[in-house]
Formats: sequence, C-alpha cells, structure tokens
Amino acid sequence: MSQVTEYSEKVMDHFRNPRNVGEIDDASGVGTVGNAKCGDIMRMYLDIDDQGIVRDAKFKTFGCGAAIATSSMATELVRGRTVEEALKVTNKAVMEALDGLPPVKVHCSLLAEQAIHAALWDYAEKNGIKIEGLKPPVNDIDETEEFYQTGG
Amino acid sequence: MKMIYMDNAATTKVAPEVFDTMLPYFMEQYGNPASAYEFSGKIANEVARARKTIASSINASENEIFFTSGGSESDNWAIKGIADSLREKGNHIITTKIEHHAVLHTCEFLEKHGYEVTYLPVDDKGFVDPAELEAAIKPETILISVMFANNEIGTVEPVEKIGKIAHEHGILFHTDAVQAYAHLPIDVKAMDIDLMSASAHKINGPKGVGFLYVRKGIKLSNLIHGGAQEKGKRAGTTNAAGIIGFAKAAELNVSRMEETIAHETRIRDLLIERILEEIPYSRLNGDREKRLSNNVNICFRFVEGESLLMLLDGKGICASSGSACTSGSLDPSHVLLAIGLPHEIAHGSLRLTISEETTEEDVSYVVDSLREIITRLRSMSPLYEDFVKKGDNK
Repeated sequence: MSQVTEYSEKVMDHFRNPRNVGEIDDASGVGTVGNAKCGDIMRMYLDIDDQGIVRDAKFKTFGCGAAIATSSMATELVRGRTVEEALKVTNKAVMEALDGLPPVKVHCSLLAEQAIHAALWDYAEKNGIKIEGLKPPVNDIDETEEFYQTGG
Repeated sequence: MKMIYMDNAATTKVAPEVFDTMLPYFMEQYGNPASAYEFSGKIANEVARARKTIASSINASENEIFFTSGGSESDNWAIKGIADSLREKGNHIITTKIEHHAVLHTCEFLEKHGYEVTYLPVDDKGFVDPAELEAAIKPETILISVMFANNEIGTVEPVEKIGKIAHEHGILFHTDAVQAYAHLPIDVKAMDIDLMSASAHKINGPKGVGFLYVRKGIKLSNLIHGGAQEKGKRAGTTNAAGIIGFAKAAELNVSRMEETIAHETRIRDLLIERILEEIPYSRLNGDREKRLSNNVNICFRFVEGESLLMLLDGKGICASSGSACTSGSLDPSHVLLAIGLPHEIAHGSLRLTISEETTEEDVSYVVDSLREIITRLRSMSPLYEDFVKKGDNK
C-alpha cells in the first residue's frame, strides 16, 4: 500500500505541515483518545473563554499520516467556534475538510471527533456545566475500530 | 532530490547484465520453448542451461528445479503439494509464527481442510529452538516448514539443525529461502533440505519468476494443472526471458557473494551503530550477528511507523515498517509480536534493507534524516509527552 498516492493533497499538507501542534498550559479542557495498541493516540487541548468560545486548540498525536492530518484539521475546525458549534464538528466534517480519506483510515477521523468530545467533556467537568448532547468520552476505541473495519 | 533505496527486501533493481541477457527474448527470440521448430528449440536449450545454473547454485541437479511465478507460488505449491500427496500418511504440519504470509496463510487454508498445524514460537531474537521443534513432532507430522532467514528482522534460522531433525524422524523439510537464496551460501544436500522456495526479484533478477527445489524422489501434487511444462508438474507457458534472467542474476550474485556480504555487513553495522548511538529510545530487532547482511530493523519508541515512512519518503528515502497502518490491519507485524514486542513498540518499527550499492554517504544521510524526523514526531507524540513528564516527576 502506498500511502502517499492514496492521500489527498490536503491530507498530505496537514500531515507535512500540521497546524496547532503542541500543548496549552492550564487548558480549559484536555482529552486523550485512542490506544497505543491500535497505533493511534490523540490528545486535544482546548482554551475556552468565559463566553464559551474556543480561543485556541492544540494537539499531540501518535499515529499514522491520516491521524496527524485529522488532528490538525480538527483543531482548525474548532478554533473560534462556540462550545456548541465545536460539538457539532463530526468525523464527516473533518473528512470532508480534508477532501476525503482512504477507507482504512476513516477511523482516524472518528478519533479526531472523539478527541474534541473528550476535551469538551473535561472542560464541562472542570466547570461543573452540562453541554447538551455531549456523551462521556470513549477511552478505548477498539470496538469502534472493529465496527469501522467490518462496516467499511 | 536523490533517491536512497533501502527496501531491497521488498524488491531489488534488475542488474544491467541481467537485463541485457533477457532483452533478446522479448522481440527476437520470442518463440514458445515447447514448440517443435528450431526457432523455439534454441530457446528451450537456453532455459535448460538456466536450470543447470540455478541447480548448481544450491548443489542440486537440474531435474530438481521447477520454475514458478515467484516465492509465494513456490511456498503455496510446496506446502499444499506435500499436504495433498502425503494425506494418507498424516495431516500434521510444523511451521513457525514468523513465516511469510505465503506460508502462514497457506497453512491456515489447510487447517480449514482438516490439517493440523503447529506454529512454533521464536525467542526474542527470532530464533526457532530446534529442541522445541523436535518436541512438536507427532506420528502424523508430514512436513516441517521453517524459513531460511526472516524477511522482516533478518534472523537466519538454524536450518541445518532443523533439516537434520526432520530427516532423523523421516519428515520432509521445506524452507522458504526467498530472502536467503543467492545472499547466503546454500547447499541443499548438506543442509538436509527437501523443498526450497526462491524468487528472482530479490536477487537483482526480474519480477514474476521463482523456483521450487524438490529433492529427487519426492512426490509432490501439482498446484497448477494444464500443460506439460516443468515435467508436467507446473503448467503455463515457460517464462523464458524471466528464467534466463533469473539464472544470470543467480550466477552474478553467487560469484560476488563474498564481497557483497562483506560490504553489506560493514554498511549494515555502521547503520545500526549510528542509529542506536544517535537516536535515543531505539532498539535493534533480531540478532546482532546471525542476521542477513542487508537487514536493519529498528524500533523507535513513541513514534508510529507510517508517519515515519512518509517523512522519510519526503526526503527521498524508501524504507518499510511493520506498523499496523502499513500492514493494512489493526495489528502490527506478526514477526515483531512473535519476538515479544508490545504493540505500542512494534508500531514504531523501521526496516532498512541495503544493497551492494549502499554507501557510507547514504548511511550518513539516512541517519541524519532519521534523527530529525524522530525528534519531530516525538515532539508531536502524546506518548513521549507523558514519558517526559513522568521522568520529570521522579
């Protein structure tokens, strides 16, 4: 399998020049999803202001080219958004923004969505607020991955 | 940008001499070697000569060499063919957990058809324990298949000992020598080998041709039916150009073997030493000494293989990895798991397979690139972040 020929130009761009790599000190919310067994771990840091706007988003990812590109795109998509809007950044939105992913890499976009949710969950917990429609983060995505493997 | 090709275990460049030897067989000597006229007879003579060359390269005779489409077909044929021809004698096969998928998946196929297969574990360097192998033998055992050298981590198995054990118990011994043939000296008689798979494109020959050595007197069922080629054992129009090119490649590689091994070993060791010295949290997979002279396999902690390969590609370096993402499945390489590596570490593996053309400058460029790429990926890795923070707390 040749990775380079299967990825879109946008994926390659976000892989080669990932946006918003790093950490945020005293972040409003931090979420880590995935597991090393599967080869993908994403950690997302969110800085959310008093108005509930995502002022900054940063990430760290251990994973393949698609995992890095989806993390990068996910941070781009949530920056400047309200918490409610950020919650609506789905894996589909991440994928579309990257001009698609090879079928075997779809799970990476799901991981990006979960990373956003996990960081928002952490933010809600820390501030004792409830975000409508937000579910507790899934720490182990094994089942989800299997689902995508058999489904795709 | 200069390309540095360090994936010679995947395939090799066709040697110019091989290409020149093959060329007339496309547009000039294009006849079917099986035809009756002299135009074809000449080609049949050249194929016969090629068979002799190949046979002598492993101390076999020409009637023991059967040309195939490559290593995978040879492995399939050897295992399925023996399983079928010895069905009355028994249904048990012994192999290892680190075989190429051409062997493993063939064995899994046979398991679905009533055969029993023992997949022997290996130690942390990838070696099969001959005593353990002997203990796995049952009255029903009909075949032992252990690879000559591993394609991922380069470990050279104790083939001679295994062959001896097999013969002491009256069991046939097949070895997948795709990575070893014409890279290491092989004597099928001295090594008690009954069946052996090899491929041309791993030794600067063309793709699409290989052979199966079958010791005289062994009954092997056909895999491909439909013609009189290869003594009626393997149908399909003779790949004259491929076979003649294969023989040329074998002749060249065998004649240069000593120098190639000496050069590759020096370059390999330099590459290993520099990586382990200059890049922290890296480990060598496989044995330090008993490994193929062209093979380097390293795990870098906190880094995932596919992104590593893509960044290397960006610097013109061709390599391979045993990470899940490059294997197309959820699990990293079965070989790395078999030597006891945790998934997390196995995902960060890199295989560099050099050639007689690899230079010290190439090594420098690759090591410098690796150092930069690994640092970059680690700076992005949450695993590394956790590791560093944990260290700070101590």
